[in-house]
Amino acid sequence: MRFIDEFRNAELVRRLADKIARVSTRPARLMEFCGGHTVAIMRNGIRQLLPPTIEMLSGPGCPVCVTANSDIDKAIALAGLPDVIITTFGDMLKVPGSYSSLQKARAEGSDIRIVYSTQDALQVARDNPQQSIIFIGVGFETTAPTIAMAVVQAEKEDLRNFYVLCQLKTTPPAMRALLDLGEIKINGIICPGHVTTIIGTGAYQAYARDYGVACVVAGFEPVDILQSVEMLVQQIERGDPRVEIAYTRGVRPDGNLKALELMHNVFDTAGASWRGLGEIPGSGLKLKVKYARFDAGRAFDVVLPPAREAPGCRCGEVLRGVIAPTGCKLFRKACSPENPIGPCMVSSEGSCAAYYQYGESDG
Amino acid sequence: MGEKILLAHGSGSRLSHDLIDRILAPPLNNPILSRMDDSAVFDLSGRVAFSTDSYVVSPIFFPGGDIGRLAVCGTVNDLSMSGARPLYISLALIIEEGLELEDLRRVVESVAETAAEAGVIIVTGDTKVVNRGKADSLFINTAGIGLIEGEADISGSNARPGDRIILSGGIGEHGMAVMSKREGLQFNLPVTSDCAPLNHLTAVMLAASRRIHSLRDPTRGGLASTLNEFARQSGVGISIEEAKIPVHDGVRGACELLGLDPLYIANEGKLVAVVDPGDADTVLAAMKKNRYGVQAAIIGEVTTEHKGRVVMKTRIGSSRIVDMPAGEILPRIC
Repeated sequence: MRFIDEFRNAELVRRLADKIARVSTRPARLMEFCGGHTVAIMRNGIRQLLPPTIEMLSGPGCPVCVTANSDIDKAIALAGLPDVIITTFGDMLKVPGSYSSLQKARAEGSDIRIVYSTQDALQVARDNPQQSIIFIGVGFETTAPTIAMAVVQAEKEDLRNFYVLCQLKTTPPAMRALLDLGEIKINGIICPGHVTTIIGTGAYQAYARDYGVACVVAGFEPVDILQSVEMLVQQIERGDPRVEIAYTRGVRPDGNLKALELMHNVFDTAGASWRGLGEIPGSGLKLKVKYARFDAGRAFDVVLPPAREAPGCRCGEVLRGVIAPTGCKLFRKACSPENPIGPCMVSSEGSCAAYYQYGESDG
Repeated sequence: MGEKILLAHGSGSRLSHDLIDRILAPPLNNPILSRMDDSAVFDLSGRVAFSTDSYVVSPIFFPGGDIGRLAVCGTVNDLSMSGARPLYISLALIIEEGLELEDLRRVVESVAETAAEAGVIIVTGDTKVVNRGKADSLFINTAGIGLIEGEADISGSNARPGDRIILSGGIGEHGMAVMSKREGLQFNLPVTSDCAPLNHLTAVMLAASRRIHSLRDPTRGGLASTLNEFARQSGVGISIEEAKIPVHDGVRGACELLGLDPLYIANEGKLVAVVDPGDADTVLAAMKKNRYGVQAAIIGEVTTEHKGRVVMKTRIGSSRIVDMPAGEILPRIC
């Protein structure tokens, strides 16, 4: 396949790995924020190619994983209402909440349908005018424009039975919260490729300036990731943290202005609760008053049992990069993809799932 | 609108007989079936392989095949993977009220064509009709009997260190072809299902070597599942090379788009063989002469290291574990 194979070129990968090993003289701790990067790194065995000076940590960039239990509980409670059809991306189905999961709710009789886009959810609403269709809006800035578009379209069509349970989150406040915590010293961040395609690099300038953290926006193929590591190492060695883009074929410094405008027209920022990071002001998106009638949180009244965390689950620390998945006592023992205890083991972008599935090997 | 299946078609009434006489019997006819007794009666001597499987694929027609072809291939292939020569097949249909009669005719004709290609005959059958909503258009069960000739002892637990792993062709084609026609996910894929009877392929392989240790068709769970099963059953490690695994560009592209890994996607016309290193090239050469083995390749070998696990050397030269898939990747693909 053109445009992909060149970014998986073994020779290019080897040359980049050699260069990194040559350039890297001091210990550097790099965090990949995005779950997509975690999976790509594990799947391609990229850590094996890096010198011992470089430590790679996984961050909180998996939208399903950072969804708080109380938010999952809410989706499950909505699924239990009469004449409600829940539409969701498949990733959310197996995620355990405090007491159940959408998958279990479906087995118990709730009408829960997996869709591949918000357009499919709109179609379900058109096809079932007598029922209320609730789309579970979990995601980052990459998902938000598609949900905004669906809401605008529902308004235009005067679809009265379409709702969004808006649990969207934005990445820059979470990155800052993580750096503010100061639990771990991070020298460089592999910034999320797809999110940055939307929001641009503006928000990262402060990390380089105020926290002295090197920032490079990376794509998702082996060559992309190694190139970003090489650029980060160069910055760290020079003692010159700044924001650079390695993923030039996807990202522009200003982001996607059209998508941003759409988001700003439909959403206001709000506080949001993150697993592992807690309540972060300004890190969520809620529907503007103008679109409030599409807000499932307002339209439906559900009583939630008190949220609780699974005993022993350390997803929060995994998401903050404090421990690797292998540092959790439940990993590979009580907790597996077949029987997940925390969300990081369920989501296709979850760190625990990636470590479990692709666990590194010397073979 | 054409004629539809009614509940009465399954009631044992005149309509049932009419259905058998008009739609089912003509394409499938053979001397054993045409006796129309309660069971098929035939002679058999030797080591017998016996297998059954049910088919609930949705949609029932997909690019490159249909539920009828799948139902014959599935059982023929299960028998073949034990080293047996498939002979007799049973066919049970569970039909949802309202199925187009024409659709049923197409499926039964496909059963007949596939059976003819495989050289097996349908010797007994059954038809039930259930209320609308109680089955999704058509479910099929087939069972089959085959004979194992000679001393062949083929099992997933027979893989030995040093053995070569041979794959008969490109992976993931069936799963992606079915997925491309799913509601809510329709896309044009330049790939059709690989659904095919593999008994002629296994016959030439078994004729070429007596040292084929394991055979399996990587259906649900894909190549990754089959290799993990071999590793666990035989208590050995398996090493494969990503660059040697044939994958159609269309499958690769669609997998990239959907975030899937072809290693985990179902096949219905591929096999994996574990062969003594001394015979691997001979078996490979024999496979390449068969229409369903043209793309066959040696993709790896059995090792004493990392017992019970499958490790893959990636295209970029690193290595990673290939684990069993967790949970369903795509429901009802077969």
